Amino acid sequence: MKNRVVITGLGVVAPNGVGIPQFSEAIKKGISGIRFFPQLRDLNFSCHLGAAPIISEEKKREYLTDLQLRNFNSSGILYGIIAGMDALRDAKLERAKGSETPLWELGIIFGSGTSGIEKFREAIYKIDDNNVKRLGSSSVAQTMTSGCSAYLSGLIGAGNWVTANSSACATGAEALLMGYEHIANGKATYMLCGSTSDSGPYIWGGFDAIKVTTYKHNNSPGLVAGPMSATASGFVPGSGAGAYLLESLESAQKRGAKIYAEILGGAINNGGQRNGGSMTAPNSTAIQKCIEGALKNSQVEASEIDYINGHLTATLKDPDEIENWSKALDRRGDEFPYINSLKGMVGHCLAACGSIEIVSAVLQLYEGFIFPNINCEELHPKIASLISAEKISTKLHKTPLDTIAKASFGFGDVNACVIFKKI
Amino acid sequence: MTTEEIFKLLEPIIKTYLPKDVPASEINRESDLTRELNINSAHLVDIILDIEDVFNIEFKNDDMEKLRNVNDAISLIQQKISV
Repeated sequence: MKNRVVITGLGVVAPNGVGIPQFSEAIKKGISGIRFFPQLRDLNFSCHLGAAPIISEEKKREYLTDLQLRNFNSSGILYGIIAGMDALRDAKLERAKGSETPLWELGIIFGSGTSGIEKFREAIYKIDDNNVKRLGSSSVAQTMTSGCSAYLSGLIGAGNWVTANSSACATGAEALLMGYEHIANGKATYMLCGSTSDSGPYIWGGFDAIKVTTYKHNNSPGLVAGPMSATASGFVPGSGAGAYLLESLESAQKRGAKIYAEILGGAINNGGQRNGGSMTAPNSTAIQKCIEGALKNSQVEASEIDYINGHLTATLKDPDEIENWSKALDRRGDEFPYINSLKGMVGHCLAACGSIEIVSAVLQLYEGFIFPNINCEELHPKIASLISAEKISTKLHKTPLDTIAKASFGFGDVNACVIFKKI
Repeated sequence: MTTEEIFKLLEPIIKTYLPKDVPASEINRESDLTRELNINSAHLVDIILDIEDVFNIEFKNDDMEKLRNVNDAISLIQQKISV
């Protein structure tokens, strides 16, 4: 018998809001965090827009000491620390007391794509300048993939499984499912999970080079054609972090914790870069199998899904994603569930997209609303032929939700889908 | 430079790396950096880099092995300055 697993804490560092109250208000109002970055223009990027959280020096000092911030230059780790510590506090859990005993029942899975890319750049310049000894003591910690989970572990005193996963855009959903399995199998009581992604040209550059970002809205950051729109022309690169405190239902009930949602289950698979799938494009059959697998593992019928938080990046692949959902759920037109994508407001936060979007999905489920899918006045014609336009609200829509699906699809043909239920 | 003058420049460098529960008043000439002041051993390399910057000197690998307490640092700095 597996343990039931619930979410009892959330934290988020998003381009349109840092902290749950600010983020929750932003997504309801459709506030975009997409901004013009003069640095990208000066570096000859095609896309001069980006979406990055704004963190003040005072905010940093709420979470890290002056010593920890000395020579600190890893935006992704900073975002992850803030989101992770906020999720712990939201769940009303305490850090390990004293300096001796860690929390044996609390683990951390916090993923990323790369870590500390600015710090890595600093290090490379010093090494090439024959000055390796000037790297200082924190170069390794700030550039290792597990840097964020390691910092969080030190702050909290986590004594269970502490690791970092990496699966491109699916990282956040994968971290959640890894933590879910660990608690479901009785190996931990609490798992702090999430994902993070650095800001800036060194992480965004590769995406600019392969022309998946949009170059058409450099003068109008507030009006970038959104996901599923007829004029969608690519994404705006983003950054940030999302975090969730997973806990066994038994423990949450025993201590009277606020329960945002139950994680019913999910699925992770890979298209094997076959049958239309590649390093950068998804194998549609694999996506459908992933969604179907998530429903089966969660013992949920396709007809029960009220809402989908899509991956939907505002690229040419959006209509294919809708078709895959439609086929996997065997629902179309008016029968299709509500669907939206956060990427219109926060851009594509890369390794952090899944976790930030999961936080947005869980908030909608908990409070009963659908955030506006912004800048999508004219729906893509292929999407309009598959599902009813009413299912994609461009305005805030208040409605009770019971069972929802979140999926992320990423480079390397990776797929992950999670099913949540209100409790 | 007198040992007193060196100590005055050294004290703020060491202070930066003290754990929160160790007050700066604990720093004296005999203080063992890691055992008594409880400075994380990884930070010894940062202390060396800061000393190099402040005194405009350069440490070798075997110098680091000699660095245990504040007096060690002072005598290493004196040797380097006088070269």
